[in-house]
This record gives sequence, structure tokens and C-alpha cells, in this order.
Amino acid sequence: MAQRGIREYEGKKILFDGLAKTIPSFKGKSEKLALVTPATDPKKLVKDHPWLLKEKLVAKPDQLFGKRGKHGLLCLNKDFKAAWAWIAERMNKTVTVGKTTGELNVFMIEPFTPHSEDAEECYVAIRAYRDYDTVYLSNKGGIYVEENWDKVKETRIPVLSSIDEVKLNMPEFGRRKDQIEEFVRALYKVYAEGHFTYLEINPFTFSGDEIVPLDLVARVDDTAAFECTKIWGDLEFPSSFGQKHTKEEEFIRKIDEGTGASLKLTMLNPEGRVWNMVAGGGASVIYADTVCDLGFSKDLANYGEYSGDPSAEDTYQYAKTILDLMTRKKDPRGKVLIIGGGIANFTDVAKTFKGIIKALTEYKAKLVDGKVKIYVRRGGPNYKEGLANMRKLGETLGLPIEVYGPETHMTAVVSMALNPAPAAPACKPAKAGGKK
Amino acid sequence: MKPELFTKDTTAIVYGYHVNAIQRMLDFDYACGRKVPSVAAIVNPGSEGVHKVFFGKGEVLLPMYKNFAAAAAKHPKADVVVNFASYRSAFDSSMEALNHPNIRTVCVIAEGVPERRARILAATAAKLDKMVIGPATVGGIKAGCFKIANTAGTYENIVESKLHRPGSVGFVSKSGGLSNECYNIIARNTDGLYEGIAIGGDAYPGSTLLEHILRYEAIPAVKMIVALGEIGGTEELRIVEALKAKKITKPLVIWVTGTCSKMFPAGVQFGHAGAKAGSDLETADAKNAALKAAGAVVPTSFDDYGVKINETYERLVKKGSIKPAADVAAPVLPMDFAQALKEGKIRKATTFINTISNEKKEELEYLNIPISKVLESQMGIGGVIGLLWFKRRLPDYGNKFLETALMLTADHGPAVSGAHNAIVAARAGKDIISSLASGLLTIGPRFGGAIDGAAQQFKRAFDAGLTPEQFIRDMKGKGANIPGIGHKVKSLTNPDMRVTQLKAFCKKNFKKTDLLDYALAVEQLTTKKKGNLILNVDGCIGIAFVDMLSSSGQFTKDESDNIVNMGCLNALFVVGRSIGIFGHIFDQKRLKQPLYRTPYDEIAYMTDL
Repeated sequence: MAQRGIREYEGKKILFDGLAKTIPSFKGKSEKLALVTPATDPKKLVKDHPWLLKEKLVAKPDQLFGKRGKHGLLCLNKDFKAAWAWIAERMNKTVTVGKTTGELNVFMIEPFTPHSEDAEECYVAIRAYRDYDTVYLSNKGGIYVEENWDKVKETRIPVLSSIDEVKLNMPEFGRRKDQIEEFVRALYKVYAEGHFTYLEINPFTFSGDEIVPLDLVARVDDTAAFECTKIWGDLEFPSSFGQKHTKEEEFIRKIDEGTGASLKLTMLNPEGRVWNMVAGGGASVIYADTVCDLGFSKDLANYGEYSGDPSAEDTYQYAKTILDLMTRKKDPRGKVLIIGGGIANFTDVAKTFKGIIKALTEYKAKLVDGKVKIYVRRGGPNYKEGLANMRKLGETLGLPIEVYGPETHMTAVVSMALNPAPAAPACKPAKAGGKK
Repeated sequence: MKPELFTKDTTAIVYGYHVNAIQRMLDFDYACGRKVPSVAAIVNPGSEGVHKVFFGKGEVLLPMYKNFAAAAAKHPKADVVVNFASYRSAFDSSMEALNHPNIRTVCVIAEGVPERRARILAATAAKLDKMVIGPATVGGIKAGCFKIANTAGTYENIVESKLHRPGSVGFVSKSGGLSNECYNIIARNTDGLYEGIAIGGDAYPGSTLLEHILRYEAIPAVKMIVALGEIGGTEELRIVEALKAKKITKPLVIWVTGTCSKMFPAGVQFGHAGAKAGSDLETADAKNAALKAAGAVVPTSFDDYGVKINETYERLVKKGSIKPAADVAAPVLPMDFAQALKEGKIRKATTFINTISNEKKEELEYLNIPISKVLESQMGIGGVIGLLWFKRRLPDYGNKFLETALMLTADHGPAVSGAHNAIVAARAGKDIISSLASGLLTIGPRFGGAIDGAAQQFKRAFDAGLTPEQFIRDMKGKGANIPGIGHKVKSLTNPDMRVTQLKAFCKKNFKKTDLLDYALAVEQLTTKKKGNLILNVDGCIGIAFVDMLSSSGQFTKDESDNIVNMGCLNALFVVGRSIGIFGHIFDQKRLKQPLYRTPYDEIAYMTDL
């Protein structure tokens, strides 16, 4: 769990509801937002949102990427019929935005606010740092903010301070100064109460006396969900644009959500011959690092980890998923499975290995067929029993399994697996570090 | 704040009833030779009292309080809080601890504390000049002094990694899991750890890598510093600044993990919440390069992390700045009973034997028959009694007989002593168990005992070969009535229908009815003396029961003697009559009957007597 991007649609809903508490012009604004997915029925949409037929509209993709104007993905000042046609033309189409290619499948529609680009586009952002949040304010917003970054005024709000105690650094806003200051202060309160970690409105503009946020980018801290049920409503966290989860990644994610332990899987290269099944959030990164540091990054098939004392059943499901993936295609050189991990503090090694052993036993034939060599390295509570069971498994399955404990450096098995020394015996346990 | 967080006398308040972690802390204390347990008190919201825990070979009691304030007030010397509260309550409880004047260090174990809350904790600690370790951490350890919660795992690992006595190396990492791995690496490549802290994998840990590195810099006994950083955040860049500013002068061996991220698709979240590069500066490669340039010892990969630690250590030893700490043997920790048993190292005589049922099987079993099969066989309650009382799968007529006996004995009206007592108790407002017991306690030689008595007496006489006449004479000689003979009103000509039907059932189904026939012969004689001296229903049940046992062919003579002598027939009466007694209790309760008082005219006051 960590900082997660949210849709502009959801971000604006939260924002408008929050701002409406102190700024009357935002009342009812959160109702005038509509989300369109491939499943949306236009008739029902119009019925739920009658304003769609009464106003000029903006339509745009809502999939966590910016610079939509630059990529011709903004539909401005159109009636519903035209906006819907614009969306329909792009729905489920693949586009490339910057370096990322992905499918367009979520759009949002909101009322269009006419304004002049140069004079009336302003910029505000708030970002979390360790000791403070910084408010960034500029009277040159929109596409001009980057080239005018030196004109952006910054205000730091220390973590233990209230926004009301802090003097805001304001650029020249003329007659709108007080109004914008009130808006920014209210915005900060929504940001803090809603556990946002990043909020950028670029630009916001004006309609008569009202401030109108046009484009929004927002990230929230998803660990605060339990505090924010009221503020967030039913908030979902979409994957970043272009990022697709495989069926197996989804499956592991579901198990992960249903347990207090942690189970993660990211596919990197399904054809890869090096597969990691590593315990621990920290150790898993190091195993992946070591594969790459040894020059085998192209062969690395997956990133993943299991930790927090998962049950034998969860470990079994996790192991089965990886074994299934790695035995689908054969590699003439054979494949390598690294069952790695550090010395656990409280995870029961024998128990978690029980699940892995069950999966290995089930996939015996496929593993033999795919010439899979297995390397095990682990320590922690009951590790001796766990390692002994692994060794026994190697004997009964007829699979090459090499098993090491804390006496062997944590990542030594990676080089053993990838650079089998030419002379036998290839795999004498290497001592940790250089002590002779 | 003073650089040392812990000494050999440091004591902690553990928030949350985590018995394993508490035991591991005290086991570490034993390894270090601490005189006083490192846990002063436990806060267990919702419960108070004491918690018994091993301290070496003996046991000690740790006081347990309902809230933190009470624990802190009673234990003013405890200056560390180990907080096991969940992510929901970790913030409030940590703030309470942090704001308490006694407390210097708060360790927050919970994963998933909101970032804003963690930032408030960190800022509050800075303001108060206190230390927060975590959230999302396993804790930390000061070798030979003090251990937080589950840090460093098992006792065996603590001793293997030489953590029971101080070495010369200060260590800090984000990852808790890896910290234990690194203690192992440090133990194998130096004279051991002085102190190790895992700050936690979140984006905003309460204390940072740099804060702990600067503490180690200020502690003279720490001769070199080892650290493990991670992709994401700019924390390691602050270390770079401190190196450049010469705020860190002791040798620093550091490696930033996550070098693989360059070949990962953007947006992959590693196992730790903070492990995600937001900019090029936050990548592992950039941070490793910057650290190296600033003078830190940076390996080329994790593979030679140990090598670099060893080289640095040996250099310091050669220079004379480290005098290697001597190895100290740790005391042997007595193995836990459960562990020893599991490993087959000990055996233990049991104190109970059970041969009738087993709830430890996949399915509950009565006499090795799974309960589902018991139901499927439709053996009824009689069959269940057969399994659990006599350890036999009785023939169907046996089951039927037992059920019939239960039905016949279920009730005999409100006037008999059992029902009467139960009614009086129920009307006194007692609960159903007390009321039932009050009724059942009247069962004995005078009430309800006839079934048992009849079976015993008739069986004795029959087995001894006494003729009916001899038996009657024998009983008369003892001055005793024959149990099971006699009824208030019924006679041979006005028979008790219950007895008639029971006799017919036995005659029809039992292979033999020797004792019943014997009893009927006795009845022939007694009824000649007086018409109502018939075989009554109690006698018939008891006697037919004996015939049922022998008829089934499943019991030896000894076994059936034993069954009768154990009082099984009394038990049968108790079970049956409980049904009726409950009926009377419910009847009284339903009718809301008031307290019963025996009317005066029922009592003859003859105090002069």
C-alpha cells in the first residue's frame, strides 16, 4: 500500500464536495461530473445527468495521464451528441502518450467553462514532503507553467501547523487575490483531510466571480482508506495508463487483499528463464537486483514477494501460480527457480515451505520436463525443518534442488544458478562475505 | 537527544498482548545476562492483571494494564514503548506515548499507518526531542542490552549472530526482514553488531537512516557504520550531504537496493510502500553513485556487501581503532516443552486415557465411527448410548429397547421427589441446571433406584442358582423388600400396560429372556401373598436390560456384571427422567409460578418432642 493516483473524476468529486463546505460556488458542482466507460449506456447517462443536455461540455480521457491537449485528446465546447460521438470514436482505441501505449477506456465529461487562455489560467499544486507540505501558486497556468516555473511562488506548511497560521506567498492576482487565497486555504484543508499526497490543478480559471478548476491530477495515500470512507466514498485505484495486469497478477492481487500477509507478483518477461519466489519485501528487491547486476536482466521473468507469515495455503497458491507460469513454455537451456529469502524474524519457514513443497510436488512432471533447476536459500524460525523438507523433496521428486541456509550469503544462490562453475562440485556453499 | 537509546537497564512498556514477542524479548534478556526483564509492563486494552512468562529457567509475572497512562504511572523508569497497536489505532496510541514525559523512544510496529499520521509522529518526536522507530518495522536491537519485539528472530539466531554481546558495528536499514539478514552478515564479517535499527519501509518513517547514522557517529563504541538503503525517496541523498559536510567521519559501508528497477516497467511498486522512484535522483543507481562519490564504501552489488564490510573492518583492526570484542558464550536456553515434544526430544506420560470418542479427527467420532455415519445409520439415541456407554454397536432391538426405557422413565408426574424438588427449585427462581440438579439429587436407594436394584438382586440370585423360593426367603432374611416388585394399585388382573408391552417386546425380539422368565416366576410367588406384588415397570426395565446384554452376545459375563455394577441402569434412569424434570421446570417457568412455601398445615409442629 502506498501513494496511488486517482481519476480526475473522483478527485474532482472529493474536491468539490470539500470546497463546498466553505465556498458556496462549489455547491452542487460534484454532481456535474460524469464518467464514461465501454459499458456506459448514453440514455441512462443522460437520465442520471440531465445537465449533459443543457450545457456545453468538455470530454477527455480519465486514465491518469496528462498533457491531453497536446495529444489531441481534449474535446471542448461541444453539446452532448458531439461529445458522445467524440468519445465513441476513441473508446477502446490504442494510443501512445509520451512513451506509453495503452487503450483508452475511461472518459469523463464536465461542463465547459469559456475563458481566455493567456489571461485567466492559473496554477496551484500541493505536494507532501516529510516535514511540510508545499503549496505552489502561479498566475501563469496551463501550458505556460513549465516555462515560467521561476515565477511560481512556494509556501511551506509545516506538518504540525494549520494552514490558517501560515502566510501564503502569492503571485500577482490583482483583484482576485483574496478570493484565490480563500480558495487555496480551503483546498489545502481538503487535501489534508482527504489524505492527498499530491494535488495539481492546472489550470484553474474564472467564470464570472467563480473559481473553476479545469484539469486535475491527484494522488492519495491509500493506507488512509479507513479514515476516509466518508470523504472518499467508493474510491477505486486504477492502474497507471498502459499497464495491464495479467490474469495471474490479478489472482495474486486478490489473495493479497484477502490476507494480513503480503503476496506480490509482477510479470516482467514471461519467456524469461530466471524465476524468483522470494520471501520479504526487502530481500525480493535484492534478488531481482542481483540477477540484473550479474547481467541477466533480460532473463528475469518476474518480480514478486511473499511475507508477513502467510498461511501454507496462500503460499501454495502463490507457488502454484509461479510454477504454472514458468512451465508453460520450454527453454532449451532449462530454467531456474530461486526460492530465496533472508533470515526471517517471525515468519515460520517450515510452514511457508509446506505450501511451496505441495505445489512443487504437484508440478513435478512439468518441472522435470522443463529442465527446471531449483535453488533454495532461507533462514529464520524453524528453518532447519523447512530446509530438510526441501532436501527430502529433491530426493523424492528427482528434481535438482540445492538447499542453503544462513551460512550461505543471501544472494550467493543467484550466481550459483546463473553461472554454474564449470568444475564439479559446482555448488559448495559460499561463505557470506570474504572471511576465510 | 542523547545518542544512546538503550542500556542494559532499559525497560519497555509493550502496547498490545503479543505473547510471543514478549517471550522473545525476555529470552534475549537471558542471553545477555540481564538482571531485570526488559519488559516492565504490558498494556492490553480491555484487560488487566498479570502475564506469566519465562525469564531464563524460571518464570516471572509481568503486570498488565488496561491503558497506557496507568502503566506509565506505575512504571516511571520504563522509557521505551513497543507499540503493537493495529494501523487503525497506532497513531493515537503512539502520540499518547510520545507525549508522556517518561517516554523517550516509541517503536511503531504496524504496517499501513497513513502517511500524514506518520509525518505528524515524526514531527512531534523532533519537537519533543524524542525518537520514533517505524511505523512498519520489526524494531531494532542493541546487542547485549535491549531488543525490540520480534527483532532478530529466534534465540538460536541471536546467539549465531552474536547479538547477546556488543561488537563494533552500527547498522541501520529500512527493511526489517533484511536487518536480520544483515546482522548475520555483520556477525560473519566483523566482531559483531553494536546496535541495529530497522526504520521501516514506509515513505515517511518516524526516524531516518541519517538520524541513526549520526547517532552511531556520536557513540564512541561504534567504530564503523553499515547501512542498507532503498530505491525511492531522497533520504540517502541527505546522507551524501552529511558525508560531504564531514558530519559522518566513521567508515560507512552502504548499499542502496533496487538497481533492477531500470529494467522494470514504470509504476511497479516494490514490496515496501516507500520503494518507488519518483525521479531519476531517487533511483538506486543514482544514490549508490552519489554515496560512493561522497566517500562511502559502496559494493558493486549485494553479493559483495559482506566482502566490503569485512575489508573495512579488517582495515580498522589493522589500524588499531578496533580491538575485536571477545566472543562470549551465551547461556543455553531451556527448550520449550512444545518444541521439544515436536522435535521428539522428550516424551511425557499422559494423565488421562479416553477410549470412547475423538474430536481431534477430521470429523468427530463416537467409538471410531464418524458422526455423519452415526446419523446415517439411524441408530438413534439408543445406539449412541451403546457406543458411548457400552462401547458396542448394539443390535437394533438393543437400541430400540434402550430408547423405550428412556421413554418409559421420562416422567412419573409432579409428585415424586425428583420432580417435586425441581419444581420447588424452579419456583425459587433458580436456573434450569440448578433446578434439574436439585431433582436429580433425590435419585438413589429410595427413589428411582429400583431399576438398578432389581437388575442387581435378580441377577445375583439367578447367577447363584437360587430358586425363586430361595431368593424370596433370602431377601426376607435380610429384611429387605425385593426391588422391582410391587405397585401401588396394579395387579396381575389389572396389569400395568407399560410392563405388558415391554415384556411382549422382549419376548419377540430377544434371543433369550432367562432373567425375565426367572423374575416372572418370582412374581408368581409374590402375587400369591399379595395381589399388587407384581413385577413393576422399574424391575422389568432392569431385568430385561440384563437379558438384552446377554441376548446380544456381545458381552462376556464379567463385562455385563461390570455394566450392571457400574450403575449404568441408574444412569439410564437419570437420562430418561431428566427429560421429564426439564418438562416440569419449563412448566413452572412458563406459568410464572411464585416461590413455593410448604403450608403450615403440612407440618406438624411438635417441638416438645
